[in-house]
Amino acid sequence: MDFGLTEEQTMVQEMAKSFAEQEIAPYVEEDEENHYYRREILTKMGELGLLGWSIPEEYGGNGMGWLEGVTALYEIAKVHTSWRLSISGNCWGPALTINQWGTEEQKQKFIPDLVSGKAVGSFAMTEANTGSDVGSMKTFAADKGDHFVMNGSKMWISGGHASDTGLVYAVTKEGGGPKGLSCFIVDYNNTPGVEKIPITKKVGMWTAPTSELVFENAVIPKENLLGELNKGFQICMWMLNNTRMGCATGAAALSAACLEGSVNYANERTQFGQQIGKFQMIQQQIAEMKMEDEAAKQLVYRAAWLKENKMPSQQETSLAKLFACNAAVHAANVAMKIYGSYGYSTEYPCGRWLRDAKQFETLEGTSNIHMGIIAGIELGYQPNR
Amino acid sequence: MNIVVCVKQTFDTEAKIVLDGSGNIDGSAVKLVINPYDEYAIEEALKLKEKFGGDVTLVSMGGERAPEALKTGFAMGADRGVLVTDPALEDPDEWACAEVLAKAISQIPYDIILTGRVAIDDGSGQVAVRMADALGVPSVSCIVELSVEDGKAVARREIDGGTELVEVCLPAVLTAQKGLNIPRLPSMAGIMKAKNKELKKLSLADVGIDASGFSRKMSVPKLSLPNPRKGGKTVPGEPAEAAKELARLLREEAKAI
Ligand SMILES: Cc1cc2nc3c(=O)[nH]c(=O)nc-3n(C[C@H](O)[C@H](O)[C@H](O)COP(=O)(O)OP(=O)(O)OC[C@H]3O[C@@H](n4cnc5c(N)ncnc54)[C@H](O)[C@@H]3O)c2cc1C
Repeated sequence: MDFGLTEEQTMVQEMAKSFAEQEIAPYVEEDEENHYYRREILTKMGELGLLGWSIPEEYGGNGMGWLEGVTALYEIAKVHTSWRLSISGNCWGPALTINQWGTEEQKQKFIPDLVSGKAVGSFAMTEANTGSDVGSMKTFAADKGDHFVMNGSKMWISGGHASDTGLVYAVTKEGGGPKGLSCFIVDYNNTPGVEKIPITKKVGMWTAPTSELVFENAVIPKENLLGELNKGFQICMWMLNNTRMGCATGAAALSAACLEGSVNYANERTQFGQQIGKFQMIQQQIAEMKMEDEAAKQLVYRAAWLKENKMPSQQETSLAKLFACNAAVHAANVAMKIYGSYGYSTEYPCGRWLRDAKQFETLEGTSNIHMGIIAGIELGYQPNR
Repeated sequence: MNIVVCVKQTFDTEAKIVLDGSGNIDGSAVKLVINPYDEYAIEEALKLKEKFGGDVTLVSMGGERAPEALKTGFAMGADRGVLVTDPALEDPDEWACAEVLAKAISQIPYDIILTGRVAIDDGSGQVAVRMADALGVPSVSCIVELSVEDGKAVARREIDGGTELVEVCLPAVLTAQKGLNIPRLPSMAGIMKAKNKELKKLSLADVGIDASGFSRKMSVPKLSLPNPRKGGKTVPGEPAEAAKELARLLREEAKAI
């Protein structure tokens, strides 16, 4: 057993940390204030190979896998949670899923632009009346022989209005439930009949675009069906087991950011003639944050290790996602208390941490859903995939 | 174009320096990095390579952990490395470094030699200039701009209160100042390639130096940490009065004005 990073993983970690400090940190405040998505950051991530994890090199992959990907995402998310989304949105979502289920033509056509950052990626299941119950979606893709015609709308799609290429899950067999879904690759720049509507009133994740996508007689070429017809649910669950690592890692990183900020603050701020870190009650808060932070990180790495070694990882991914999400929400909450009145000021990061932490309780499986997966596997109701 | 970059592994700029029981710097737990000024030199070398083709060879001296620094340079895009490592080089002074680097470099073809203007650990800023002298080539220190053409380098260097434009025949040694460029981050592809690049380890004997008679010329009798910073002082009272008192304190107590 080895808990250390390899020499290469250490280089990835240092590089990602420098990248986040040089290319993301200088814009955090400005972009948060303006709710601005700085597209160039994605381009730079692509150029440096930060979007190519577990993707074969022939399609532009970086030759590295899950442990390195998680290491890089962690450093980026620690500086700004919004930017964790791009690794899932481009790589672990569409690129990796196309690599797993796609034809050779689909791989050659779509993966290189996603991993080089030329395209903004996305994946879309959720609808206004379909969240946790993915099988209940209504967006319909009618088979017209050599193409499909898609009608319906998707909600809460990360990357949505900026997206060039995305996966869209839709019904292809009416009344089929989970067994009637298919997965489509949508080339948004060449698909008339799609309207992208930004969702502007979000509690957090202000620099990451989130959108509604409306499909009105959108023509999807037959060759853009990913995998087999009516096998979309299976593909979706496979994909979510990967993209959820983005949440788990991002949440663990956010908890680390809150802890680091709190420690620095507790060492600087003095009250009653001493550093506030000397107060036992602050120490308890720091100890709890540290304990949860460390455990979250270990769970994330354990799930990544299982994936890298192609072992079942669904339960461990849910453990990592749920635990890290709880750690992040708790840490952000405590950080705001430790920072006192400054924590409540928007000139300090505590508000952003708390707003951004809350996303993790909902997206890519709510906390209840992950609780269900963990227990269902533990009780033997379903296998660990 | 054969480009050589001298690289030193130094403490991280944020490292906390502590002395061990016998008064030496304890570097065991310290994070090590490429001397930041050497990174500017590597970046400039890579830009020259992009323009003229050729190879970038990193040359370094150091112990067990030194290959880490070279690998970071490889990941940025340098082609190969030479590391002089020898028990007799435990604690070299500037003279020793200049001698050894010059000997190591004289074994490889070079058109231009770049390095940082100073290493941030000992801060002496002597090695590059003395190495140039040992190699019998000119040197230009502290450059913030460089262009190379027809066997000549034109460099802008920082001088007190301004800059100076210097033209020099190649080969020459040029030392990089902050502002010369922004060093690139290694890409993932660069990191993947780094492990396959050639790192040649040489002993003193390999570079033609007899280790038995080789010792530093300068000794350091004692190292001491700077005095810990004292807390600030508030000068109370009405602004005008307080300012007067502050000026008095600065003059008489702090002797700052
Ligand atoms: C910022 C953001 C980005 C997003 N990005 C994307 C994206 O890129 N693509 C995409 O497709 N979707 C995206 N989503 C949507 C997200 O995946 C859904 O919000 C999530 O699946 C939950 O669905 P819902 O919001 O409809 O909640 P619901 O499913 O309506 O749940 C409401 C409540 O009921 C509980 N609940 C539901 N079912 C059960 C059950 N079986 N047992 C116990 N409790 C249950 C839930 O835990 C929750 O507390 C995003 C959401 C947000 C906020």
